[in-house]
Amino acid sequence: MELIFEGILKAFYLLFTLDPEVLGITLLSLQVSGTATLISLFFGISIGTLVALTEFPGRRLVVSLINTGMALPPVVVGLFVTIFLWRNGPLGFLGILYTPAAMIVAQAVIATPLVMGITLAAIQALPKKLRLQILALGATRLQMVWILVKEARLPLLAGVMAGFGGVISEVGASIMVGGNIKGYSRVLTTATVMETSRGNFDVAIALGIILLLLAYFINFVLTHIQQRERPR
Amino acid sequence: MIAMAPLLAVKELQVRRGGSLVLDISSLTVEEGTVLSLIGPNGAGKTTLMQTLACLIKPHGGEFFFKGEKVLSNHGLLQYRRKLAMVFQEPLLFDTTVFQNVASGLKIRRMDRSEIEKRVKQNLQRFGISHLIDRSARKISGGEAQRAALARALAIQPEILFLDEPFASLDPPTRESLIEDLEKILRQTNTTTIFATHDRMEALRLSDRIAVMNQGRIFQIGPPDEVMNQPRDEFIASFVGVETILAGRVARKGPSTFIAAIDGQEVEAVGEVEIGEPVVFCIRPENVTLVVSPHPKGTSARNVFPAVITKIVSLGLYYKINLDCGFPLVAYVTGHSLENLSLRDGMVVSASFKATAIHVIRKTKKLPVPSPPSHGK
Repeated sequence: MELIFEGILKAFYLLFTLDPEVLGITLLSLQVSGTATLISLFFGISIGTLVALTEFPGRRLVVSLINTGMALPPVVVGLFVTIFLWRNGPLGFLGILYTPAAMIVAQAVIATPLVMGITLAAIQALPKKLRLQILALGATRLQMVWILVKEARLPLLAGVMAGFGGVISEVGASIMVGGNIKGYSRVLTTATVMETSRGNFDVAIALGIILLLLAYFINFVLTHIQQRERPR
Repeated sequence: MIAMAPLLAVKELQVRRGGSLVLDISSLTVEEGTVLSLIGPNGAGKTTLMQTLACLIKPHGGEFFFKGEKVLSNHGLLQYRRKLAMVFQEPLLFDTTVFQNVASGLKIRRMDRSEIEKRVKQNLQRFGISHLIDRSARKISGGEAQRAALARALAIQPEILFLDEPFASLDPPTRESLIEDLEKILRQTNTTTIFATHDRMEALRLSDRIAVMNQGRIFQIGPPDEVMNQPRDEFIASFVGVETILAGRVARKGPSTFIAAIDGQEVEAVGEVEIGEPVVFCIRPENVTLVVSPHPKGTSARNVFPAVITKIVSLGLYYKINLDCGFPLVAYVTGHSLENLSLRDGMVVSASFKATAIHVIRKTKKLPVPSPPSHGK
């Protein structure tokens, strides 16, 4: 018990004194996961919307692939990104393995299907007649898509949160492609794993608290979105 | 010729769904400034017809003309669509303020801000919802939302306004006040309107012409009183509120009237028929008069029958009386008359209707309704 109590005390000390190492790890985490989420938004929203609005043969297969992608195991992503970025792998010439850039790539691969799946569901959940109504208001096809995306903006925000939440708490891929290099590619999750294995519970708990706070914030926003009223 | 062209003209329009023909309109024209109602049961093709005319559905055959010019399937489609507006049964408002909703069609057209503001305010005022201008569309009532949807459509100043059962999900008082306002606005703005409904009373109030649809076809089209009083067949008759539809055969001909035998009774009607010809009589319930004395005097009606009341059904403001005169007959009476005459089940009364109040459908020359002979090209 004493171990936990002291750990928590030390953790708060590290947090309130803005310990440079903890701060650095947190900022890098936000930077890597934020960038990865932005990339995933670009691909996820555009492809998700396209699939939601078009009929084509094999559509069901594509939808089920996207849904499967939402549960992509991070270690599998880590494995394949590592292989691709390996010195004599197909993208080895980039020389980004064990850098934050590699972590961004891996996290974007994890987050994109999440954003895509939620976008797909959000656009499909809009009343079917809404598309006709928008066209009947004189919209071009592009204007219609833009208005639909705007209409789905709150569920899409849920997609953003889910994507970000998924990658900031992910550890497998980050440790595999980033290498957990101190001051360079060490993020909240990889640091927590390491500090725990070393018995440095105070630092681990401090990092854990930051992760928990982020998780709380994400869920707070999500709950708020879910509880809103729908327009008539 | 071009100057006289109707606003909208349709030829041989066909839409298929899953291999079967769901819309088959051989011809239809809509004159500028008129209101055309499409009535018919659910699944009659009213929505499909409107969505096809609004270019939201691609027809599989046929063509249509706007102001005499052919509307092509790709070129000029957007320009055509931008002359239209459509309001659905659901308000389908966007998740933003009422102002932004009413402005949406104008923003899509990239109109300048001052014009948008002017038109939005004008239309909010027309529909009596100016006070909702900054409210979220999520926080207004169903009736208010439908008013906003109509304001959004009229702000475009459409050359054709399509209304797809816009009142169907409103409660009666809300619907009543909205119909009243819309009627006024349509008349003021002289907006050409195509209006689908399954409520014939709504159609009667708003339209210059009524088209009765069933199974993807227009069965009859004409001014409201013609469609209501001279339905072309039994289906239309029952749909426009004719309660009594009787089949019989012409027995004798007089100088201006004829007598038909119906279930052993003789009924007098007016019309050009041949002796022995099968006919169908349509009698509207409001044209049937009831008196308590079994042998009434002084009535000008030739058709007077003793009748047994078989059932009395309350319809709210009035009562529907089912009668047996040897043939079934339905009459409407007010609650006041019901009490005055102390009508009840099993009572014998005297039912009468004028020979001229009967609409006669001749069954011999059975028209393959509604296709005119020009159907095959």
